[in-house]
Amino acid sequence: MKQVEVTLNVNGKDTTLTIPPRMTLVDCLRDELRLTGTHVGCEHGICGACSVFLDDEPIRSCLMFAVQAAGHRITTVEGLLNEDGSLSDLQDSFWECHAMQCGYCTPGMLVASESLLAENPDPSEDDIREAISGNLCRCTGYQQIVEAVQMTAKRRREGAANG
Amino acid sequence: MKAAAFDYVRASSVDEICRLLADAGDEERKIIAGGQTLVPLMAMRMARPDMLIDINDVAELAGINDHGDHVSFGAGTRQRAIERSDIVSDRLPLVAKAVRNVGHQQTRNRGTIGGSIVHGDPSAELPMAALALEATMILRAVSGETEMPIDGFFEAAMVTNIEPEQLLTEIRIPVWQDARIGTGFHETSSRQGDFAIVAAAAQVALAEDGKVTRAAISVGGAAPSPVKLHGLEAALIGKSADGFQDIIALVDEEIDAETDVHATAEYRRRVTRKLVSRAIDDAIAEAGK
Amino acid sequence: MVDAPANLPNYRYVSRKRRTKEDRRFVSGRGKFVADVEVPGMKHVAILPSPHARANIISIDTSAALALPGVHYVLTGDELGEATSSLFHGLDLPNVIWHPLAVGMTRYAGEWVAAVVADSRYIAEDAAELIEVEYESLPAAVDSEKMIDEDQPLVHPAHGTNVLFRKTWEWGPVADDFASMPNTVSYRARWGRSSTVPIETFGVVAKWDDVNEIMDVWASIQMPQYQDQIAAALRIPMNQVRVHNDVDVGGSYGVKRGIKHTVLVTYLTKKLGFPVRFIEDRLDNMSGGDAHGPDRIFDITMAFDDEGVIKSMKIRALDDVGAYPGRAPLQLGKPMTALCGPYRINSIEYEAISVTSNKTGQVPVRGFGQSPTNFAIETGLERVAKHLGLDRIEVRARNLVRKDEFPWKIPPGSIYDSGDFHAVLDGIIKTSNWDDLVARRDALRAKGRLAGVGIATCLEPGGGNNIFEFLFNPKLEITTFVESVLMKVEPTGAITAVMCTTTSGQGHETLVSTIAGEELERDPDTIRVLHGDSLEALPTRSPVASRMAIVLGTATSKAARDIKSKMITIAAHDLGVEKDQIEYADGEFTVRGNPASKLTWAEICHIAHKQFHRMPPGHELGLQAYAVQQVPGAGGLPDENNEVPLYPCFSFQAHVPLVEIDPDTGKVKVHDYFIGHDCGTAINPDIVRGMIIGGVAHGIGAALYEKFEYDADGQLLAGTFVDYLLPSAHEIPPVVDSEHCTPSPLTSLGQKGSGEGGYLGAPAAIASAVNDALAPFDIEINELPIRARDIEAALYEKTR
Repeated sequence: MKQVEVTLNVNGKDTTLTIPPRMTLVDCLRDELRLTGTHVGCEHGICGACSVFLDDEPIRSCLMFAVQAAGHRITTVEGLLNEDGSLSDLQDSFWECHAMQCGYCTPGMLVASESLLAENPDPSEDDIREAISGNLCRCTGYQQIVEAVQMTAKRRREGAANG
Repeated sequence: MKAAAFDYVRASSVDEICRLLADAGDEERKIIAGGQTLVPLMAMRMARPDMLIDINDVAELAGINDHGDHVSFGAGTRQRAIERSDIVSDRLPLVAKAVRNVGHQQTRNRGTIGGSIVHGDPSAELPMAALALEATMILRAVSGETEMPIDGFFEAAMVTNIEPEQLLTEIRIPVWQDARIGTGFHETSSRQGDFAIVAAAAQVALAEDGKVTRAAISVGGAAPSPVKLHGLEAALIGKSADGFQDIIALVDEEIDAETDVHATAEYRRRVTRKLVSRAIDDAIAEAGK
Repeated sequence: MVDAPANLPNYRYVSRKRRTKEDRRFVSGRGKFVADVEVPGMKHVAILPSPHARANIISIDTSAALALPGVHYVLTGDELGEATSSLFHGLDLPNVIWHPLAVGMTRYAGEWVAAVVADSRYIAEDAAELIEVEYESLPAAVDSEKMIDEDQPLVHPAHGTNVLFRKTWEWGPVADDFASMPNTVSYRARWGRSSTVPIETFGVVAKWDDVNEIMDVWASIQMPQYQDQIAAALRIPMNQVRVHNDVDVGGSYGVKRGIKHTVLVTYLTKKLGFPVRFIEDRLDNMSGGDAHGPDRIFDITMAFDDEGVIKSMKIRALDDVGAYPGRAPLQLGKPMTALCGPYRINSIEYEAISVTSNKTGQVPVRGFGQSPTNFAIETGLERVAKHLGLDRIEVRARNLVRKDEFPWKIPPGSIYDSGDFHAVLDGIIKTSNWDDLVARRDALRAKGRLAGVGIATCLEPGGGNNIFEFLFNPKLEITTFVESVLMKVEPTGAITAVMCTTTSGQGHETLVSTIAGEELERDPDTIRVLHGDSLEALPTRSPVASRMAIVLGTATSKAARDIKSKMITIAAHDLGVEKDQIEYADGEFTVRGNPASKLTWAEICHIAHKQFHRMPPGHELGLQAYAVQQVPGAGGLPDENNEVPLYPCFSFQAHVPLVEIDPDTGKVKVHDYFIGHDCGTAINPDIVRGMIIGGVAHGIGAALYEKFEYDADGQLLAGTFVDYLLPSAHEIPPVVDSEHCTPSPLTSLGQKGSGEGGYLGAPAAIASAVNDALAPFDIEINELPIRARDIEAALYEKTR
């Protein structure tokens, strides 16, 4: 089978792999790098469970081949943790608000939400719903997810105000 | 849902891409930019290229530039960049309205205007807007550069008139110089962010007296390809805000709606009229402000 | 049964806002889902599906597939059908044979014909394309209404008919009640083929160890008697099957029942000698996963007086279970549990008809058939109000069981344990500012939009007890529906509880630790909850039927109370007093009236594990308790009138949405959603709230968006996420919930079920709102999902 060598930068770490060009980024993250936090839901670009950051933008990792990601920075849910391994404020708010049930869509939701907050520190509820509308959740009805994003935004604004 | 095997080349220049396309022989070589349409087709093995030519590193294929009488888009320009572009919102408000209806943040971050046009999805929003405004497409091949009007480019559902050796490099969308311009874009989809079941785009210019002097109207989802409504455009000249309902039935003559799992042909026909009407309403109102 | 508190005590942990035990691993990306399970040496399966709805398989040539490098095996139906036993059906259907791969004939488009085992899923898919199958395509049986009287192609020729089950029950004096009522309405309500469609597909990894003779199975499963069915199909003893229940399940809501997937994979690992994994991709899941939901036509007549009080009803329910019935036909049985909803209806005739067709198979879906039935009943309440020109809320209020009437027995035999339905209904009318909603509706109408306010109530039976199965198949004489907990206190005082099923988002670790913590006055955060595997297992019927708070929760209370009692016995012996003189509080066992005479929690644990000389004579060493909880009130067979108490606990909900409809496109926008609910004591309020709102979202999907559409030839038209539409955050409105608490007298802390009510009520509520919006045009749509095109077409017909 056709194989190519590729170096991927994932969560700040370079790894060189030999993989077939047709391997999707999500399969590579999960099966080659064993970063299983990123999930597969539909493999045709609808559900958003496989969302990761490519450089600073969220993308669907089922719609990109791993070879295409060389030269870019990839950040997965594992890379959202603080450097000491503790939960980020967004992850902590998701826990506090019980913004999930089965947890399967959660990593993708975190990526979509983190992207919104990076761009818009004071999002409206509509902004939040728009930002997560490409991520399907079958458990929650989205409400506690919206509340977790609102909580994080508020705390970040308060944190910034307090210096 | 795994793609069939292929060779992968990450191209660094337009010339290289054109050479790779020219040398394909019996192979099917396909361009990959954002991959938002192509990769699902490959995952379902409805597309199975022998080689993918990745154009994402080719800087000359991205970018939005204002040339006065038109705005040019590199074919690899991301939908997200169009969404965020001041040039687009200032100079091409119809494109700005259209792009807001495209997909979700994750897909707009990858999806490109060129990919959207060359795949020819019958209800994609950016091709509709480009069609309404009579964009010109710049196609490159080893043999040279060709300019092609977008009207006529869309052949059938998911089929466009691009030759296998050609690369779409640029889309030029005219900027109207008229004093009073307005735009309207309406679509209905099952869920927000889905491809439209039916969509309508309209741009008009008005005279001082409020009468339409120029009109550009297109619809998506109403035929196997996006359609420019030439007959309605012509009939709209000289009409004003409350005077065009009697010609709206002209829409029916230029569309060819089909039934699928999302809607019946009858639904598409009736709703197309309504949305075209709304888009014209908005455009005239905006131009009159 | 455990004594319930007389009134709500001031709990420390129960009903308090507390973080769940499970969420931390999910936000960290550290959940352990089946696709995350890595067994060294495992190979991967891809499936070749049938392109035909109905066809004879003439020949299968696997040689080209086998020749592909990296391919280990290609399995076909002939081999598997020979080597394994037919899969389980709920009905007694000896001539309906079901194997994971089609044998001789394919019965729906997407049915599995062959399975490839290869080094990677990529290669397995390459090989599947190389399998050559010759089919003889045959006409398909697609329209469920034609199955009864018309000559249709037979799905299972050996069975002789496409009708799998047909029976009519009568509970109470139906004919007399109809004769005594001045009014009747008859109507049809139709529930489209949708399902819960979790974002994680079904997956299974299996490894046969022939030295130790054990089959290890990791699966995304939520099903009673999974291990029993694997053992039966493979013809091996149950103690050779070890199902690992510590796999996180990425959503299920009833449907994760991949027994055919599991038999396929366990057979392959046993045959090939290496571990095998099959993770459905989305196409496998939608067309071949046998995970569709009810597809039902109701014909109902209600008889009522001039005040709108309903005395009797006749229900005919026709359900299309697809090609392989499995447990699906029993989904016509569970609704008997609350067949008249929350209403005081005196008699009921119920005809249940289950038919097979050339479509993908149906599985149990959230509520096990109750949501379609509730939609059908609520449609009747709307019709009664309309017939008499009465207010929709008032008609419901006149028919609801009253607070002072509990326990209330309904005609089929269920005994509603408790509730205050009127208080919940009144509460949500207040919370939603009903009059304001109506004013907003009217303002929208004045602007040329269509708008409607909806109302629906629903009853959520919780707890399980599948004795209704006996009414469908007397061979299923099963009168237990148990759940169990093993609780251990370590020598150091730390508490561990073991439960023996998987979890698919319900938060069972939180449930067990919260209740154990409450009972023992220990911090739940320090209590570890394990999911034991099926060989370590305690009796369980899995987390179906809104039952875990009720049955597992009560088992947890029992185990904890047993532990506490044992500790008091040890304390009393060591302190030289009678047991009843020991008081327990906050981790200390004190002699009443003598605060200085006491033992701490840790000291007793130390004695129990290490100090035989301080133990009461004959007392068991260590500190452990094992509680097996039967469903409260269950256990008997139906009487001569076919009456039997079914589920024990009944939660109640009232739903109020406001919708707007674009008159040009027919597109519905749900603006607001209010829901009042009473599920007794909420163990963890955030979990309950999430379940309820999530259930509403799921119901909105069934009401407006989701359908496995088929064409007349039996081809599935909605086999991807582009065509089968799950609602996003745009389609689901903010939901305002309002809680009421009527503790159940049957459970340890008054808890009831909460996993289904949102889904049971929302479809009816949305239909009510849409029909309110369409009422000015004299349009009524009683077929779900109600899509934009249906509304637009109806408006066009009325106004052209």
